[in-house]
Formats: sequence, structure tokens, C-alpha cells
Amino acid sequence: MPFEAWLYSLPMRLRSLLRPNQVDQELKEELRDHLEQQIQDNVQRGMSSEEARYSALRALGGLTQIEQQCREARGGRMLRHFAQDLRYGFRQLRRAPGFSALTILCLTLGIGANAAVFSWLEGILFRPYPSVAHQERLFALAATARGDTRAEEMSWPDFRDLKRYCTLCEELFVSKITGSTLSIGDHAETATGSIVSANYFDALGVHPILGRGFEPADDVGNDSHPVVVISYQLWQHRFQGDPEIIGKMQRFNNVPHTIIGVAPDGFYGTFVGWAIEFWVPVSMEETFESGGYKLEDRGARWIEAYVRVKPGVSRAQAQQEVSAIASRLETNYPATNRGWGLGLWPLWQTPFNHAGSLLPTLEVMVAVVAFVLLIACANVGNLLLVRAFARRHEIGVRVAVGASRFRLFQQLLTEGLILSALGTAGGLLLAYGCRHALVLLLPARSGHAMYLPGEIDWRVMAWSAGLGMMVTLIVGLVPAFEARNLDLAVPLKAESRAVAGPHARAWMRSGLVVFQVGLSFILLVGAALLLKSLEKIRTANPGFSTTSVVTTGVSLVAAGYDVPRAKTFQDELIDRLRALPSVESAAFARVTPLDYETYSSTPIAVDGYQPPLEEQPEIEYNQVGSGYLATLGIPLLSGREFTRRDDETAPLVAIVNRTMMMRYWGGQDPIGRRLEVKGRWARVVGVAADSKYESMRETPRPFFYVPLRQDFDRGPALNIRTTQPLESMLATLLREVHRLDENLALYEMITLQEQVNRSTSEQLVAVTLVSILGGLALLLAGVGLYAVMSYTVAQSTRELGLRMALGAGPPNLLRLVLSRGLRLTAGGVLFGALAGLALTRFLGNLLYNVSPHDPLVFGTALAVTTTTAIAACLSPAWRASRTDPARVLRQ
Amino acid sequence: MPTPTDLLQGTLDLLILQTLALEPMHGWGIAQRIQQVSKDVLQIGQGSLYPALYRLEYKGWIRSEWGNSENNRRAKFYRLTAAGTKQLEAERATWNRLSAAIALVLAKHAEASS
Repeated sequence: MPFEAWLYSLPMRLRSLLRPNQVDQELKEELRDHLEQQIQDNVQRGMSSEEARYSALRALGGLTQIEQQCREARGGRMLRHFAQDLRYGFRQLRRAPGFSALTILCLTLGIGANAAVFSWLEGILFRPYPSVAHQERLFALAATARGDTRAEEMSWPDFRDLKRYCTLCEELFVSKITGSTLSIGDHAETATGSIVSANYFDALGVHPILGRGFEPADDVGNDSHPVVVISYQLWQHRFQGDPEIIGKMQRFNNVPHTIIGVAPDGFYGTFVGWAIEFWVPVSMEETFESGGYKLEDRGARWIEAYVRVKPGVSRAQAQQEVSAIASRLETNYPATNRGWGLGLWPLWQTPFNHAGSLLPTLEVMVAVVAFVLLIACANVGNLLLVRAFARRHEIGVRVAVGASRFRLFQQLLTEGLILSALGTAGGLLLAYGCRHALVLLLPARSGHAMYLPGEIDWRVMAWSAGLGMMVTLIVGLVPAFEARNLDLAVPLKAESRAVAGPHARAWMRSGLVVFQVGLSFILLVGAALLLKSLEKIRTANPGFSTTSVVTTGVSLVAAGYDVPRAKTFQDELIDRLRALPSVESAAFARVTPLDYETYSSTPIAVDGYQPPLEEQPEIEYNQVGSGYLATLGIPLLSGREFTRRDDETAPLVAIVNRTMMMRYWGGQDPIGRRLEVKGRWARVVGVAADSKYESMRETPRPFFYVPLRQDFDRGPALNIRTTQPLESMLATLLREVHRLDENLALYEMITLQEQVNRSTSEQLVAVTLVSILGGLALLLAGVGLYAVMSYTVAQSTRELGLRMALGAGPPNLLRLVLSRGLRLTAGGVLFGALAGLALTRFLGNLLYNVSPHDPLVFGTALAVTTTTAIAACLSPAWRASRTDPARVLRQ
Repeated sequence: MPTPTDLLQGTLDLLILQTLALEPMHGWGIAQRIQQVSKDVLQIGQGSLYPALYRLEYKGWIRSEWGNSENNRRAKFYRLTAAGTKQLEAERATWNRLSAAIALVLAKHAEASS
């Protein structure tokens, strides 16, 4: 029944909403008519027309009141008030453009920074693969060895069986990351690619813009389908967007491949954080993977795969089925599959990708932008307080005329809503602009293009809207809180006599500023610590020369050199280089220190060393050419370096480092002693000093070297110790290489210092980020301090005038205001210092050789904060000192 | 003339609904009718009439439309809606129950004091 009534009431509600003026008009008419009828009636009863009129009016009562009551009874009040408040709010904002701009800017920065970071997080966690359809149903598939949760690669026959038996899976495909050397013209580069199953592009819903994807036949055979699909980026950059690219040949790993397709722009493959540049079918596996032909070997585990489940299927359900299939395989093929299971991982926990290493940095970012938002809100709160004070007359009048407290709240809240809505909109625009900026913060490693997508989707918008709401509440309630304690008489008078207002207000204002200053201080300290850390890492001694040594490589594999030819080439090149006057020494080595490339490792055994039972000493080593230590400037502590004579025909030898000597030979000279490497015994001929091998931050560890000839690699890095600068050395080297073979290309040449710098990219990111945000925070805090001091000065002009009248000069007033400002700053710094001392320990593993309580850092932050504070207080203090006592005291 | 009794808001609603149940009327007409029928006992404050009318319309029990009154003036006429009719029945029932209960209490009191 109520519904029926509501239906009948609709026309009236709508009209009073949409045509309020008309309804008002009608009411007036109606009342007027009523009056006239009453007057007529009175006249008929015998009153004079004047009496009739008065009597009718008296009977009816106050017209204004009746109209107001009717209006209230009409309903739609809330909405009308809201519309009123909106119009009024906009007018107010236009009237104070400076304040509005500042406030909206603060909110934009705060919300925008949060939205940007969230979109990056979102991009990596939820939708790490741009352009791929239905990622919410996509899971990573990997094998698990029983008793271990770590993901291992699986075999191709297993994958095929899984595809056959899995009913809950809509699509399964393989995407194994691989690299290849690409030589085009003079230049060689590594390109990152993927070995994929033939259904890859169809399963992903990605269609090549030129040519085609793979066909099912491409899954079969050994190196029988040398076809490749290249990425849009590769097509544009390396092939200059050649429109005739389809059908052309390109050597990948020395095998000519036919380019059959170009992937669309915006598709970067399915490996988080890396831009995949080419795709080859599974049948080409042997060309790209080491270890021979694996497609028919169930025990050869090399596949990284993905599964898309059917709609409505949960990961748990799919996992059950997959595990069941794994058990079946175990039973059917005990030789290869005993103890192996299969597991599904959500995309953001994909075992084979880069995202894992990015998460800690992102977590730091989330914390930092939360800080920034807090500071922005505190700032806005302060600005609003200042504004509320400036509007106290207006508010006083409103209350005097009869506005209820609630109505006042409503209005202030609406104004807050306008501000935060504008701020949220601005913030989303900012985030949209920055959405791909994450990759800018992470410098590219040599040769590998990174791509980290950020998405502005409904989640990000909802998050920003939520933040906006929260900010609205804070921002709207602050002046409302202020209005609550309104003493009517006071604001209606000209000036407040009190110096700094009633206690509650002063506390909140000062509290906000102290809080802001404190937060900025913490960020500054963090930034300085990280910066110092970075400097220390970069200038720390890596144990080898960083100046005058360059490193590069020659792409022999891509040029099709076999082992004997490669050996000859390497020897000849070294001879030529050594003959040059500007080259002190040159040597090959399989791995350059601090590189992305991993070292080989092996279990070892040492004569006369009995390891404790649980310890299985497995040590990393590098395969190096003769004269390597001299080239890199690693001191030789005893014994000798490798020479040409230590080749594949000579007895096996090794050079160990100092830590190894200490650990396995108790510090005694191990020269002449035996070391078992990969099952064969070698003799120790030298001891090298320790150096950094993988990262500047590692602790000393055992390491050894073996001659390159005794563990050969066709594509080692070339290290040259030279007095020539980089460009000319590059030209010289190119000349020498081409004298030997015109078709060869060189890899990027960099100095070892650059190598060190690149390896510290994680720290660089952290420093950049925290510095930018710290600077931002400091700026905001400065603005907040300025606002508060202006407010204080404005509020206490009477007191200042009084002081002046009593004899204080402008410098005194200047000092007075400055000291007030500095007191607030001191409070903030104290808060910041205490919090900083507690919090910086969380920077933990990002700090290198720097104490989290470094006094120099705290001192510098103190100086910067104080300077900013003085700068912020200067203008209000100057205004205070210009107070005209005569004018002020007269008010 | 007996003094007009102050009326509670709820009863004003009831009276208006009852008056409109007979025929649609404009505001002034409603006031006159109630006064007439109650033999001048009930003189509703005209100031509370119009807010009451608006309230009833807001609740969906009456509907308004502009029309011509007896002397050819434009006036706003109110009429009962179907929901209003049902509401009227409900209110009458409540009123009857209420007055019966009060009557009982008074009767008891009269008994006791006699």
C-alpha cells in the first residue's frame, strides 16, 4: 500500500524538484485566492473592506511562515539545499582563487600520486599483460617436485597430456622466455623472445597486424619450422617499419628464420616487466635452448606454461584436476615423473617473471605516497582553517539569521565535496599521464627493454574515489569543527582580541603543521640516507678497476662460428689487441662481474677438507682467458695467472680467491693442491684477491676461476684495459674485428664503472622516488606553515598593534612572528626526528654502510627544514612588522 | 459560540480526508465545510490548513489540479486518491477504537465516583 501512495505522490515530487519556482508561484496564488475569498466572505457578513482585509489576514496568519511550512512539507528539501550549497560553494571558490587553486593542487598531487602508484601496482598484479584477453582467468602452470613448493619447469610431453586431459581448462599455452643475438648490419644486440606453442596468439586473443600467427603444424618436428613473429617495436626500430617485412629472412642464433607476422602495437608478450621482441614456435626449441632436442623427452623440463580456465571455474577446482592428472602421469611414467606434481599460480605470483623483484620497491612507494596524501590533507585542512577564519563574519550572520548547525555543516561539507571532487578529477588525470612512468624509474639493463604497464581501470578509479571521499570528510569537517565552537558575538565584532584563539582551535592548527613538518622531515631523512647509501655503493671498491677497463662482446654464435673456429678467432683477436699501443691488456671471460648473466656453479671437493655433513659446498666460478686478472686489475696474491698453455690439452687448473683459500685450506697457501670441479680434479695455480662478483652489496664469498679453454664458451665477454676513451676504443676494436671477419658485430661497449652503476639500479629507484616525494612533502609543509602563520598574524593584529603602540619596533615584531613559526617548526622536527629514528630501520636492506641514525643526515635534514620554515614565515612576519598601530587599534 | 478546540495534526489530516471523500474541493472550501458541518465547533487555524494539504499530497493521499471555482476563479482543487481512500478507512477505524477506549475509561471513572 505504501508503494501505491508513493506512486501517487510522484507527480508532485517531480514537479517540486524540477520546477520549484513554478510550484512556489502556485502556492502564492493559492494563498492569495484564499485570502480574497475570505475577504469576500467577511464583507458579505457586514465588515467594511478594511476590516475584512485585516480580519482575513489575522485568520490566516503569517504568509511567509505558511509558505515556508508548505515548502518544507513539499519535500525534496535535501536536494534543494544541496543544489543551493553547490552553487554557493562554486561562487565562494571563484571569489578566493588563490586559496582554491592551492587547495585543489594539493589534493591533486596527493590523490594523483596515490592513484598512479595504485595503477602501477594494479598493472603488475592484476593485469600484467597488456592486450591479453581475460587475464582474470589466467594462471601460471608449473611443475612441483613433491615436498617443495617451488615452481619448476615442466616437459613438453607432460604439457601435451595435460592439454588432452584437462576439462576445466579452456586454453593452455606455452611461453618460455629465451634470448637471441640479432645482428643487423654492424651492430649486435640481444633480443628477448619467447618460445611459444602454436596456439599462443589465438589463446591470448592477440592477432598479428601483418601476416599470421603460428599453425598447429609448427608444434611438431625438430627445428623444422624456422618461422618467427616479431613485435611491433622490433619492426619499427630494427626494420624501420618495412611494409614488405613478411617473408623476409632474419638470422636468429645463426639460423635463418622467415618473418611471418608482426604483433600489434601494445602487445609485449607474457613475461612481466620485459618487452618480448620475437616469438618462435616450439619446434625451434633446440636452436634457442641448450641441451639438445627436448620435445620428445618427458624428463627434459624446460617449459613455462599458462592455463586459462573456463568461466566460473575457481583456481582451487582447476588445481584439483591438474593435480589429479599429474598423479596419473606419475603412475603411467614412473621413470620420469615420480615425485613430480603440477601447480597453478595466480598471475601476480607467477614464478617465472620479474614482478617478484619489483614488489618490495612498490611497497615502499605505496607507503611513501600515503605519506604524501597525509601531508596534502593536513595542508588542505590548514588552508581551510585559515579560510574559515576569514569567513567568520559570514558564518556568524548565517547563524544569527537562523541557520541550524546542521544546515551549516551541510554547507561546509558540500564545499569540501566540491574541492575533493575537483582534486580527485585532477588526480586521476595526473595518474593517467603517469601511468607508464614506472618504467622510467627503472633504468634499462643493457640489451633488455623493460615494459611495465599501468592501467587506469575501475579499481583505480574506485580507489581514488574512495580516497576522495575520505578526504572530503576530513576536509569538510575541519571548518565545520571550527564553526561548532562559534561564539556569535565574537565574530560579529571587528577583531578578536585574543592572541591565538581559543585553545581547541589553536591546538588543531598547530598540530597539523607540526605533523606536516614532521612527515617532511622523515621523508628528507629517508632520501638523504638512501642517497648516501647509493654514493657509498657506487664508490665502494669492487675489487677490480672501474676506470680504464671496458667490456663488450662479439656475437660469434649468431655468425655461425663452431667451436674450433671460435677458439682461433678469440686467440687472434687477443693478439691483435695486445699489439696495439693503447691497449694494456685484453682477456675474454664468460661472465662480466655485476652482470645480469649468472655464473656457472658446481659442487666441489677439496683434498683434506671434510665438510660438515649437511653442507654441500657448491661454489660459483667464472671461465676466463689468460691475463684476465691483470686486465681487470684484480690483485694476484700468490701463484700465477692462466696462460695460453692452459688449454684443453693441458692439465686442469684453477685460480681460487682469498675467501676460498681461508675457508677450505685454513689460510694456507693452496698452490699445488687439488680441487674437484664438476667431477674432475684440477690443480690450484694461483690465489686472487676477493672482489665483487654479483652485486656490490654482497659479503665476501668463495669463488674461483678456470681457464676458458678448459670450459669453453663461444660467446664470452671481452674485457679490455686501455687508455683510449670509449668511442675511439670501440672504433679501434671494430676495425680489428672486421679485419678478421667482416660479418661480425659487437655488443654494447661500456666501462666497468657504468657496469657498477647499472647494477645499483634498485637503489637508484628508491633514491629518486623518495627524493622527489620528500621534496614535494617539504614544499607542501612550507605552504602549510605559511598558511598557519598568515592566519595567526591576521588574527592577532590587535595585539601586534598594541605592542607597536607600546614601543616595539618592526624588527621586534618580525622576530616575534618568526619565533612563533620556528617554535612550530621545532615541534615538527622533534616529532619527525623521533619518528625517523624509529622508522628508518625499515629501510634496512636498502642501506649500505650507512647507519639509519646517521647524525650528519639528520643534521642536514634539520638545516633544510629550518631554512624552508624561515622562508615560509618571512612573508607573514614582514606583514606583521608593517602593522599600522593607529589603524588597527581604532577598530 | 463554543471556543474552537485545538486540533492535533493527525486529526486535521483525518478531517481533510473525510471532507474530500465527499467531493473534490479547494482549500478555502475545505475550511468552510469543516466549520459548517461541525456546527462551528471546529474552526481550524487556516494557517495550518495549507501545510497540511501539502503534506497529504506529499504522502500521496490527495491529488491537486487547477480548475474553475463557483465564481469562475481559477483555484486549486484537491481530491482523494485511491491510496487516500484506504488511508481514510484506516484512520476512521483507529479513531473509533480510540474514542471507544476513552469512553470506556470515562465510564469507569463515572462509575467509581458515583
